[in-house]
Amino acid sequence: MSQTPRLRLALRTPLGIAAAAASTIIVLTAIFGPMLLGDTADRIDTDAIGRHSGTEHLFGTDALGRDIAARVVVATRLTLELTLFATLIAVVGGLVLGVLPAVLGRRAGRLITATVNLLVAFPGLLFVLFLAVIFGVGTFSAAFAIGLGAAPSTARLVQNLTASIAGTDYVAAARILGVNRFRIIVRHILPNIAEPVALFVSTTAAGILVAFSGLSFLGLGVQPPDYDWGRLLNEQLDRVMVDPMSAVGPGAAIVLTGITFGLIGEVVAKANAGRTAPQPEIATAETSAMTPAEESASGLLHIDHLQVRFPGHTAVHDVCLTVDEGEAVGIVGESGSGKSLTALAAAGLVPHPGRVSSRTMRFGDRDLNKQAPKGTSMAMVFQDPMASLNPALTVGRQLAEVAEVHHNAGRAAAVSRAVSRLGAVGIINPELRVRKRPHEFSGGMRQRVMIAMGLMGEPRLIIADEPTTALDVTVQAQVLALLRDVRTESGAALLLISHDIAVVSQVCDRVVVMYAGRIVEELPVGDLADGVAHPYSAALIGAVPSMTTDRDTPLATIPGRPPEPGEQSVGCPFAPRCARATDRCRTEEPVLEQIRPGRRVACWDPITTATHELEEAR
Amino acid sequence: MSTAAIGGRVIDFRLGPWASFLVRRTGRLLVSLAALITAAFAMIHFVPGDPVRGALGLNATPEAVAARKEQLGLDESLISQYRHFLSGLFHGDLGESITARVPVSQMIGDRLPATMEIAIYAFVLVMLVAVPLGMAMAVWTRNGRRRRGELAFASSTGAIVAIPEFLLAVGLASVFGVSLGWFPVALREGPDSYVLPVLALAVTPIAALSRIVRVEALRVFETDYMRTARAKRLPGRLVYLRHALPNLLTSSLTLGGLLLSGLLAGTVLIENVFAWPGLGMTIVQAILQKDYPLVQGIVLVYGATALTINFMVDLAVAAADPQSTIRGS
Repeated sequence: MSQTPRLRLALRTPLGIAAAAASTIIVLTAIFGPMLLGDTADRIDTDAIGRHSGTEHLFGTDALGRDIAARVVVATRLTLELTLFATLIAVVGGLVLGVLPAVLGRRAGRLITATVNLLVAFPGLLFVLFLAVIFGVGTFSAAFAIGLGAAPSTARLVQNLTASIAGTDYVAAARILGVNRFRIIVRHILPNIAEPVALFVSTTAAGILVAFSGLSFLGLGVQPPDYDWGRLLNEQLDRVMVDPMSAVGPGAAIVLTGITFGLIGEVVAKANAGRTAPQPEIATAETSAMTPAEESASGLLHIDHLQVRFPGHTAVHDVCLTVDEGEAVGIVGESGSGKSLTALAAAGLVPHPGRVSSRTMRFGDRDLNKQAPKGTSMAMVFQDPMASLNPALTVGRQLAEVAEVHHNAGRAAAVSRAVSRLGAVGIINPELRVRKRPHEFSGGMRQRVMIAMGLMGEPRLIIADEPTTALDVTVQAQVLALLRDVRTESGAALLLISHDIAVVSQVCDRVVVMYAGRIVEELPVGDLADGVAHPYSAALIGAVPSMTTDRDTPLATIPGRPPEPGEQSVGCPFAPRCARATDRCRTEEPVLEQIRPGRRVACWDPITTATHELEEAR
Repeated sequence: MSTAAIGGRVIDFRLGPWASFLVRRTGRLLVSLAALITAAFAMIHFVPGDPVRGALGLNATPEAVAARKEQLGLDESLISQYRHFLSGLFHGDLGESITARVPVSQMIGDRLPATMEIAIYAFVLVMLVAVPLGMAMAVWTRNGRRRRGELAFASSTGAIVAIPEFLLAVGLASVFGVSLGWFPVALREGPDSYVLPVLALAVTPIAALSRIVRVEALRVFETDYMRTARAKRLPGRLVYLRHALPNLLTSSLTLGGLLLSGLLAGTVLIENVFAWPGLGMTIVQAILQKDYPLVQGIVLVYGATALTINFMVDLAVAAADPQSTIRGS
């Protein structure tokens, strides 16, 4: 169906052209080589025994004076025939062994799977040698042995693929409808595994070519007077050391043909992978909304006009943010609003290929554009505590190294500090737990460990990026309480990132609302009750159900969706979802402006009273 | 199978995950060994024609063939032959080589060390070179840096992987052995003679493994725990060696183990290029001379070694990364 045009497309790439050209040459050589050069290759010339390579004989002559170059050309046919024959056996054998477990009953199926697993674990060449003994030394028995030798790994692949397809809904549906097993295999399973198997076959063919050549090289494959490339190498082995050129012909033939099989596989794979067009890089030149920064001297963390760009889109637009000494600031927004990237940018941890630029980025007295934050002064707590702790190292090691690196503490002193910090965050038996690895902790305990890690130094700012999102509700409350306690005790400032405005309002002094990479509103937590000014903030609050929410009315949601990354918007990015949007909102982007001391909003038509907010949200 | 699985689950409750994992893996090893032994025994009976006649030649008298059969115990019933085979195996008796008239166990004892030596040296060389090389390439080309270096590395290792081991061996022999004359190209005499066989065995796995280690390292660099390590402002040395390397070792070890049993098979070809007096050369000659007891013995040794290696790799991987391996199996 869609296979053919995609293959044709793949054939037009340089890789496809190379694969097509190489395979054409090989096939033509196999067909016409023996016809044209068959006599030359077999002509025994006693005057020219063991000639070195030269103009007369490209690769020299063998022990009977036969031209090696001609023999390499002639051997193409037999080599190719045997490779394809063995590949056919491997594929048929693999398909039978691989599909049978799905057809047969449970027990027989398991037995076959177990046998295949056993054979796969056994080195291939030894299995082939074993089979070569049983079938006797000879050309066709070698082909049989090599084909069967490659069958188990083909079977393993087919089994895995079959199992994944047999588990799909459409096969289950066919089964419920009473379609018989054989029909299920032919109609439903085989067509769906054809593509990966075809890819696997080309790689297998390359492997079989090499294995067959190896066997012939050992003298266990093709027997004289027949010869394939491996056999030619075998015949030249004594002379190779003296005249390396005599091995170049057959050797190069094996390598190049093997690479061709590999190329065919790549082309098939490319054709199957479809068209994943590279994302066009959209030039972003938007420094228009630059407003002069407000006070820049005060504050522990001061970020001015931060931009985070990725190829194709800008994820954070001109964010200005200040966190004062000891203050708790929350950033709220949906996923993709740029809130996490803002925090990561402050910590210098934006992942590749993100690019960070800002007018000012200052932490304490350090310019973050020039230097990393000092030692342990900035602590990070991440969303997923399992993934964020190193699974290979003990918790104690991961904590202690902070003190070792930044405070020149000895191993013992560092570990004892780790124990005391773990105790401080409420880990029971910390002296035992330091020797455990992260997987031996529960989710909530791991997040406590992350917080303890931040407390190994003397943090002035703790950045917590969705610290409770991955946790159970009850554990969430405990971790939030811990963050609050830590802050009171250490006097550190807190930058808490969350999608949940309720979480932020429990812990923070000030809330920053972000939408589509921009700050849309900023206000003290106390003002939340009086009503917010931006329609998006209002909608966020409206989406949080409370104990008094009327359960008969549907849960409030925000209509529409946030803009995709890279989606170019004109005007206010929230306008398409905003009930209050006017023409101006759709054409001109609002600027973040101070509407009262400590309150900023970016909206052309902010909500002014709490009554308004209620109407909007409900 | 189903009872074994149920047994496994019962044991799970009583022994805890580690012990149950050990029990299951040991069980798998024993079943595989039993299958190998049976296959090696059956091999002689699958051989087309009469193996003794084949070995003694067409000119041997029927009496001589019968006498030899009796001597080898081939005239008894299959079951009693199998019993004899097993008890012989248990006592280290693998029968007698038909051509050399020497006990098979003695021949194997003579030849095995030569094979194990080059296999182990090559394995050590592979691990010592491939893991640091792959890791260094990953650090060097991380975050899309040095695209050209990446391309050069990928294409050179790709080319090496595409060349069959025995061709590489022939090439090494003719360049470093004959043209340059640096190292001997045949036989096992003195430390110099190890260089080319070990190199020939190691080069392909080095290329293959270092590619995989690089990709794996780049994956590890992207993980959240590496971000945590960077957030702790640790020096680069610690970030890569302490935080990334142990997590790389698990997968490198798994693949390295597979390579080790692959190396074992590779010795067969390499030994024949360098006339290395090991099991690989012996088995090829034995097959050509139809010396079936010898073939049988060597197949058993190779097979048992491969299965034991797989078993030990499983254990090593489980020790390095307990939670995912044990739960996943």
